[in-house]
Amino acid sequence: MSTPATGTPGQQGAPLLDVRDLVVHHGQLRALSGISLRVYPGEVYAIIGANGAGKSTLLRTIAGLHHPTEGQILYDGRDVTGMRPEKRATAGIGMVPEGRRLFPSLTLEENLKVGATFARSGPWTIERVYDLFPWMKERRGQKTAQMSGGEQQSVAIGRALVANPRVLLLDELSLGLAPVIVQRIYGMLPQILSSGVTVLLVEQDVSQALRVATHLQCLLEGHSTLEGRPADVTAEQVEAAYFGMGERSEAAESTAVQSAAGQSTPEQSAAEGSA
Amino acid sequence: MAWVNAIVQGILTGGLYALFACGLSLLFGVMKVVNLAHGDLATVAAYIGIGIIAAIHVPFLWSVPIVVVIMAVLGYVLQRSLIQGAISRGELTTLIVTFGLSIVIENGLLQFFTANSRGIGVGSSLISASFSVASGLQIAWLDVAIFGLAVVVLLSLQYFLSASKYGRLIRAVADDREAAQLSGADYRHVFGICAALAFATVALAGIAYGMTTVVTPTTGTDTILLFAFAAVVIGGLGSLWGTLVGGIVLGVAQQIGAQINISYELLAGYIVFLAVLVIRPQGLTARRSQS
Repeated sequence: MSTPATGTPGQQGAPLLDVRDLVVHHGQLRALSGISLRVYPGEVYAIIGANGAGKSTLLRTIAGLHHPTEGQILYDGRDVTGMRPEKRATAGIGMVPEGRRLFPSLTLEENLKVGATFARSGPWTIERVYDLFPWMKERRGQKTAQMSGGEQQSVAIGRALVANPRVLLLDELSLGLAPVIVQRIYGMLPQILSSGVTVLLVEQDVSQALRVATHLQCLLEGHSTLEGRPADVTAEQVEAAYFGMGERSEAAESTAVQSAAGQSTPEQSAAEGSA
Repeated sequence: MAWVNAIVQGILTGGLYALFACGLSLLFGVMKVVNLAHGDLATVAAYIGIGIIAAIHVPFLWSVPIVVVIMAVLGYVLQRSLIQGAISRGELTTLIVTFGLSIVIENGLLQFFTANSRGIGVGSSLISASFSVASGLQIAWLDVAIFGLAVVVLLSLQYFLSASKYGRLIRAVADDREAAQLSGADYRHVFGICAALAFATVALAGIAYGMTTVVTPTTGTDTILLFAFAAVVIGGLGSLWGTLVGGIVLGVAQQIGAQINISYELLAGYIVFLAVLVIRPQGLTARRSQS
């Protein structure tokens, strides 16, 4: 496929993450059908969509936990499509997986130490995580299984940060958490961004995603239905893209919504670029 | 006094059984691999020890670290090749592959060493030396040494797992392989290190067994694997100290059975094993089930 033209304003320079026409199958099921996205340094790129839209599959494929049947993943200009997940992690693709996935038989500090074992050099240390989440210091000897969901989520974020990732994949931070806790956790995002980490997040909670995102893409049943900056899309467009309302035909709908949003599919933008 | 003697001898034998069992328990606890070749690998270690002593005439104690290192390297290599391949194809495949390995090892040993029984010669004075605690209660130094070795091995394993970088990674990988990968850990390498550790304990178990009695090519499945299984199940799957508890319970049961009638020795052990499976299937030392 032709290289997409530069997307929305604010997406400048070389993309840190460049996903091209990703197709992923779970057995017979086609979970992702040709998803493309470009994440530029300093962005908060949000993938929204309902349950089963393929959001987590997309993030897990970028992290290397699923293998795409088609398409490419470029990280910092390098093709990492066939790279093992642990190699991607040490190269700087960090991930906070859905459901936290802490090591239950390890203490809080041991969880962070595992995260720091193969860390790149950078600003994040276990001490700095303790500065970000001051409650952790005195509970570092505790097993994480006894902690609340919000606390566990914070540990999972800390475990990913101490590896000093360049791009951090956040999978459903809000899952199973009270709104107040979700607010508090997303409140940490500016501090994470200011340390130079780029964020690609997946979120079912659309209003939360819209608050923090600099760029968003909506998935529906493995297809992209909307892409753009939060300021450029209306609530109605997001709603239509999220629930798949309007035209029934997915392909037609996808094009319609994207055109309505002033956005363009890569093919269109290439055409526009040459026009 | 005969009963006291049976209990004391049983406890000491439990140390040997713990040595048999801790490698099996480690592999199962971390990788969920039930290594059916476990006993045969212990036999291999004993034969390597016999071979080294015979071939290069090193003193017995020197042969121990050599055998341990050989087995540890073998453990890493087997894990990264044969066993890892089986793990990737599903848990049942590991049973089939290790069963196959067991058959290959037994027949290989038969081919090279014949079916004759062999022992590790340490000099008869050390083997037969014993001290008397009371009349009718003789304790062999060798049994005490092996029990002490088992405790030292378990303490070292526990220290390694709780305090070292790779110990932490082994526990992390045992908890959640995928999350460990996301932290940059190659779980296959971590598995390899874990297998190397387990095989090192297998080496010690094989040598200890070869010193207390004799080995034949089939000792591995006939005796060592069965006792190791029984000790692991009695003590609790995946628990290190449980293997010592399980080994001691098994040892005491066997000795008490033998005290009643010498032909009841093995039977008594397996009755306790079955009783634990029925009454407390999680094992004697298992913690309250998590989550």
